[in-house]
Amino acid sequence: MIGVSERKKRIDRGVKVRSDTIYAVSSLKELIFLSGPRLGLILLMLFLPVIVPGLYWQRVLCLIGVYGLLAVGLDFLANFAGLNCLGMAFFVGTGGYISGMLNAAFQWPTVVTIPIGTIAGAVICTFALLPTLPLRGVYFAVISFIYPLMFSRIIAATGLFGGTDGITGLSLLPNIWFNQYAILSLTLISTFGLRRLVNEDIGLVFRGIKDNDQSIRASGMNVTFYKALAVFITALMGCFSGAYLSHLYGWVGLSLLAMDFSIFPLAAVVVGGPGTIAGPLIGTLVLVPASEMLRSFAGLRIIFYSMLIVLFILFWSEGLLNWARRKYEQLEILVRV
Amino acid sequence: MDLVIYGLINRMNLALIAIGFAMAYGVSRLPNFAHGALYVLCACISWLLLNQMGINYVVSIAIALTTTTLMGALIYQLVLKRVRGMPFSEIMASFAIGMAILEAFRMAGFRGPQYSLPKFAEGVVEILGVPVDWQRIIIIGAGILLVSGLWAFTHHTRIGLGLRAIAQDEPAALMLGINCDLAATLALGIGSALVGMAAVVVVPLGTITVETGYEVLIFALAVCIVGGLGSLLGAVTASFIWGYAQILTVRFLAPHYQVVVAMAGIIIILILRPSGLFGSQKELEERV
Repeated sequence: MIGVSERKKRIDRGVKVRSDTIYAVSSLKELIFLSGPRLGLILLMLFLPVIVPGLYWQRVLCLIGVYGLLAVGLDFLANFAGLNCLGMAFFVGTGGYISGMLNAAFQWPTVVTIPIGTIAGAVICTFALLPTLPLRGVYFAVISFIYPLMFSRIIAATGLFGGTDGITGLSLLPNIWFNQYAILSLTLISTFGLRRLVNEDIGLVFRGIKDNDQSIRASGMNVTFYKALAVFITALMGCFSGAYLSHLYGWVGLSLLAMDFSIFPLAAVVVGGPGTIAGPLIGTLVLVPASEMLRSFAGLRIIFYSMLIVLFILFWSEGLLNWARRKYEQLEILVRV
Repeated sequence: MDLVIYGLINRMNLALIAIGFAMAYGVSRLPNFAHGALYVLCACISWLLLNQMGINYVVSIAIALTTTTLMGALIYQLVLKRVRGMPFSEIMASFAIGMAILEAFRMAGFRGPQYSLPKFAEGVVEILGVPVDWQRIIIIGAGILLVSGLWAFTHHTRIGLGLRAIAQDEPAALMLGINCDLAATLALGIGSALVGMAAVVVVPLGTITVETGYEVLIFALAVCIVGGLGSLLGAVTASFIWGYAQILTVRFLAPHYQVVVAMAGIIIILILRPSGLFGSQKELEERV
């Protein structure tokens, strides 16, 4: 005789079903259900600078903003446009060096150099990656992986742009409160902006490029152009992080092209939940403090990120946010089979 | 004249590095971004066995090669097998493994002139008036031996023919009863063994550094992309071009421009002929 076995079944919570439709505005409960997570994240990010103890952790918050921006950009590029980028450091380095060089050479104020670094850097990065965009496969990953290594090698060997020592004495951003709120609010704006973007028509095009580029071409759209657009958007975010970092520390150097900036966003995306845009931000909020604890073992951090990437890819590929969303929106019941 | 001879040596060196990558990619379409890390792994293990544990040189090399081969096979069996067909995860996982291995060795402090393997044979011979040391001749010998051995393996043994069948058409190969997972494991194992061999014969000329890991990966990628990703013939031919390109770069520019030349070569090839010089059968697949 076969024993009675049970299995789990997931169904949507009632409040979730109601808030999917026009009933979303019917009562406070639905409104809170819908806006709770979003508002929670925004409020958390805005209140963190006030809550955290001491200047050290406020600096860490600036880093969280920078890494969050990178991770969100990477998630958009990799999981919506289908371009696996292994070299976010390239964007960071380009933005940082342009902005830092302009500041050092012409003494332009940061109000001018950061926007120029962001936009010019993004244009340069997009053109540098353009040859791989008409192609499928691993080429984009390969090229984006080589660029930061190549530039750091060149800069170290030729002494260009300050060589190994970098350029010091750049003008600093006004004060720690401005620094924190500037980067955190920008990260929030780009997170929610990108979430909106991928649900617009153009987001459909990006997803189409990832899933079936022939259909996009058959619809009369230029695949390369849209891929370049996606790269440009991410490069804007990456270059801004670089420009911001250079003025946060008043220093540009080889560490802007270091592997940390490439591997951290990958880890944050995989941990936070690929394909959710907001997930990587949450991943960053978890990972940066964790890696600050590992600061005394500097080299260990990259190993730690790498192991996390492998473990999450293998055993928990949905990531934090997808898991949390499932728990939030659905309930599990046992049904007899 | 010395340009010709050293170019040839360098070419063999590159061919050794690249055919492993080409093999793994060709059979299973898996880009093994841990390739450079396996090179460093093999060199470091043989160094550790030789210097820390005092084991015979030949034995320690044999152990290191076996470990590297197993490592490659394990990377497939434990990690890549589960994420096959998902490009994001494939690339990420192999890249992360490579980084973890490399950074572990960086933490262990492999840096400095003492981290090198002894040469197989000391001494210098003159070839056409150019002094060449024995180690470099061994590289050429190993290169010729391995490339022809691989050719014989893939053309005349059952397993090798199976690997090529999978490379050409995976569903058809599956229907004929070829075990795809086993083949991919073998391909990654053999690829790792090849890069391990490269490490064993090349490292005695220089030192073991972590940066070599990245360099090896970059040059393997450059050779494979120019030759056509996944094409063994392409990799061997392209290594010919790169061998001389590198020697010329070192001679007329500076060693650190090698990476730039590699990058420029990749970009030019991607613009002109994206599937590489010898990858014509995959051309339609790769261009959008």
